[in-house]
Amino acid sequence: MTDIRYTEDHEWVRLDDDIATIGITDHAQEALGDVVFVELPEDGREVAEMEACAVVESVKAASDVFSPLAGTVVESNQMIVDDPSLVNGDPMGGGWFFKIELADVEDFEKLMDEAAYKAFLETL
Amino acid sequence: MADETLLTTPLDALHRSLGARMVPFAGYAMPVQYPAGVLTEHLHCRAAAALFDVSHMGQAFLTGPGAAAALELLAPGDIAGLPPMRQRYSLLTMADGGILDDFMVAHLEGDRWFLVVNASRKDVDFAHIAAHLPPDVRLDRLEHRALIALQGPTAVAVLEALAPGVVALPFMGLAEVTLDGAACLVSRSGYTGEDGVEISVPAAHAEAVAQLLLAQPGVMPAGLGARDSLRLEAGLCLYGNDIDTTTNPIEAGLGWTINKRRRTEWNFLGAGPIRAMLEAGPPRRRVGIRPDGRAPARGHTEILGPDGAVIGEITSGGFGPTLNAPCAMGYVRADFSPVGTEISLLVRGKPLPAQVAAMPFVPHTYVR
Repeated sequence: MTDIRYTEDHEWVRLDDDIATIGITDHAQEALGDVVFVELPEDGREVAEMEACAVVESVKAASDVFSPLAGTVVESNQMIVDDPSLVNGDPMGGGWFFKIELADVEDFEKLMDEAAYKAFLETL
Repeated sequence: MADETLLTTPLDALHRSLGARMVPFAGYAMPVQYPAGVLTEHLHCRAAAALFDVSHMGQAFLTGPGAAAALELLAPGDIAGLPPMRQRYSLLTMADGGILDDFMVAHLEGDRWFLVVNASRKDVDFAHIAAHLPPDVRLDRLEHRALIALQGPTAVAVLEALAPGVVALPFMGLAEVTLDGAACLVSRSGYTGEDGVEISVPAAHAEAVAQLLLAQPGVMPAGLGARDSLRLEAGLCLYGNDIDTTTNPIEAGLGWTINKRRRTEWNFLGAGPIRAMLEAGPPRRRVGIRPDGRAPARGHTEILGPDGAVIGEITSGGFGPTLNAPCAMGYVRADFSPVGTEISLLVRGKPLPAQVAAMPFVPHTYVR
């Protein structure tokens, strides 16, 4: 099974070699409500750990999406720009936001695993 | 926890049983959305009928021989001229020309009047009105009444099945009807731009009446989220965002609430500054705004002219589900107020192109 990690800002990160795919969790999309607009980082952008680099807006409010790890953006998901409802409908799959080439693959290990994220959600 | 300090409406248990997400609003625990979500609730209201709990709003009877005259000293609307069982939108104005609140006033019969004011302003409003009443006029706050809005193209047909006769009501007309065995006051009005009604119900019958309405075909509950996006598309002001104590009705585009007679009398609180702005022309105006693209611009976004100078500020903005595009309203310098004027909105540090646009963004479908 692919290893997926999580952040306290409710992003998920999936690692394939040194490429991390980042999206928002089901909890996040549920809390946001109907997503109507997404702004994504451009390819080649260098992002620092915890840098705000995408925006997701629901009918009611705007939220930043942070890059959980440092690296270089290699791809953004134009599908969610064209159809923002994908973020609600398939947050962990087709609703992914962007991919970064990690500056240091070891950083991935610092993130919460699923059990830790579930425990974190219980504290909210 | 935090909920314990919040007031609840008579429909609180119903909201929770329907799975509503409750949020604090004007001191009340209110449903912001139900499981269907804001988009679905909004679109459903434009397509069929949506039920909103607006029981947090302030309701009162004003009774006495001098009631209309007393109210006309505080509000610039034609209140004395309202026929029985007709309602009007008006403003409570302040000595400096600011807006204390916007409200609905209905003439019931004889010297009895019915007021509906904003939840966040009801204590201020009712204290203000009470302080200005002559001894023969009485203000009675209705603390034990719910207010249920049923809005949308099928709303009146739905109510007609339960309370025959309401279909004959004109826009802003009122009727007494019996629902769940209780005397209710229905007005053909609302805050969505759609045809529909607001129903004032004794609190003890509110849940039964709401359940009865929700059991009718095509009726869906909708929360404050959809209420806000619906009223924004309809170009209607939200007190506290688009108008407040610092706003003159003329710059807010609400001069139409002052009729011809009141414009000859000029005898209401704040008449001097309001008349002065009408005659001199307002330095800024409330306008509709359509951003290019799909990014919404929210309240407090700065509005820029072509040279990058700040020429105004958005007061309400978001995404219009029926428009399927972002829309906003705000104040701009008067020379930028004509429809079609190119402006920019400073969103996340970047200028976003936009145009001044006519309101409503989505046409009203009030009954004629």
